[in-house]
Amino acid sequence: MTLSTYFMEATYLVASILFIFALKGMSHPETARRGMFLAEAGMFAAIVGTLIGTHIITWVWIIAGLSLGSIIGAWMAISVPMTAMPQRTALSHAFGALAAALVGVGEFFVHAGDMPGITRGALGFEVILGALTTTGSLIAAGKLQGVIHGKPIQFKGQNAVNLIVFLTMASCFVIFCMHPEASGVFYTMLGVAFLFGVMLVIPIGSADMPVVMSLLNSYAGLAAAATGFVLGNNVLIIAGTLDGFSGFILSVLMCKAMNRSITNVLFGGFGAVIAEATTETGGVMREITIDDAAMQLAFANRVVFVPGYGLATAQAQHAVRELAELLEDRGVTVKYAIHPVAGRMPGHMNVLLAEANVPYSALYEMEQINPEFPSTDVAIVIGANDVVNPDARDNPKSLIAGMPILEVDRAKSVIVLKRGQGRGFSGLENPLFFKSCTSMLYGDAKSSLSHLAQAVMHV
Amino acid sequence: MNPAVLIASIYVFALAAFLGYQVISRVPPLLHTPLMSATNAISGISLIGSLVLAGSAHYPLFAHILGFIAVTTATINVVGGFGITDRMLKMFSKRKTEQAREAK
Repeated sequence: MTLSTYFMEATYLVASILFIFALKGMSHPETARRGMFLAEAGMFAAIVGTLIGTHIITWVWIIAGLSLGSIIGAWMAISVPMTAMPQRTALSHAFGALAAALVGVGEFFVHAGDMPGITRGALGFEVILGALTTTGSLIAAGKLQGVIHGKPIQFKGQNAVNLIVFLTMASCFVIFCMHPEASGVFYTMLGVAFLFGVMLVIPIGSADMPVVMSLLNSYAGLAAAATGFVLGNNVLIIAGTLDGFSGFILSVLMCKAMNRSITNVLFGGFGAVIAEATTETGGVMREITIDDAAMQLAFANRVVFVPGYGLATAQAQHAVRELAELLEDRGVTVKYAIHPVAGRMPGHMNVLLAEANVPYSALYEMEQINPEFPSTDVAIVIGANDVVNPDARDNPKSLIAGMPILEVDRAKSVIVLKRGQGRGFSGLENPLFFKSCTSMLYGDAKSSLSHLAQAVMHV
Repeated sequence: MNPAVLIASIYVFALAAFLGYQVISRVPPLLHTPLMSATNAISGISLIGSLVLAGSAHYPLFAHILGFIAVTTATINVVGGFGITDRMLKMFSKRKTEQAREAK
């Protein structure tokens, strides 16, 4: 080993340690940003170490790639709005996974002949995970952006087709591990993996995207870790594994928040089944005028806002915060109740509200806020539906039975802001809307909230 | 890859997985979106594999081109990921929300 190789390995070690410190910093909002600077420093060190330590002779491609990537990356970082964060993250998973897959193809192209069996196994994993994450993430991003229809795409015998695709991919993998020279098999495996990624994500509806996002996050990380096994590079293994496990933990949390198993999300095709299984529960929904609602709010002691994805689509984050501040000035205690799957990716709602300058100390998780609902005077549900559906708790026959909910129906009164009388995302009837303590305020969330704010000012 | 290296790699993998579990399960749901984009940026470390592919001696042109694409996408991941994570975390800092209130 030469001196420059030692230097490179040292930068890798430093980078690994800094990455771990960075994630440790994420345990609190006040330390998170400093943590990220450490991670950036680690990344920079690893890149410089690599450029010095490996025998690089052609700089053209490297400089071109680094500059092009930096320009596009910086543009994305600056221009993407917070509501589009899920799409951006999905796209980013696709990019990361594509890089891993391409490194795998390149390794195969250069070293095909002299690779031992174990390395080929790792290479197979790298290429398969990389390829299926690339296409899967692109489909997910398309669905989130609305380019592809958000409803699950299903056809007869879908699971059988998926099984055949999977088995083809798996047998290519086995053949490739045994016959090093079988480049036809390798490229077939790559192609089938791209196809499998598409097949995996098209049957999943937009409402299940938090789980899918987390899973793809996990796959992208594992692809990077597999690259580390192929290249014998520890920093790749460590960084990839951290990403892989982070994604895995998040998908487990998201599944728990919806009371569903990962297999159910992947193969269940949730939305389509439900539309047929709903029953009418009849009853009368009581409408409320802006002035009455404002009166209720202005003379309440404790108000809890329950934002759902509808708030984000109506771009009403700022309107909520303005109303909340008016109420606070009148001495009302205002809190926000955040369900784990409010939004299209884990933690999305928190980011949207933080962008609207809502202090994070006012944001409460489900477990913290649920005991407080009985002493809450008014709970305002904005564009949320399934996460406040009491059927999930009370009706064991309901399709969302067992899903943990925000128990707004225990509040003294509930105001539901809703666009129209239609059902929510999953198509389920919500008994909350028919309760005697509930009143409905129809209309666009943003204009309703600003009208409410004006009315509160004049109370 | 000889068996000794493989075993060492598996050790690294297992320990990183254990450590990752310990560290990440302490991240509050408040920060789950920044966490995801941060880990995503960190896994853009496959950039260093791409660099070798794009610039090493004695590699055929096709490998350089694959490497170029990989360097580009991985860099988008790193720069975009860290950039956007920082943008989000800035919004969560205490000072900013206080300033906003005072300005009002």
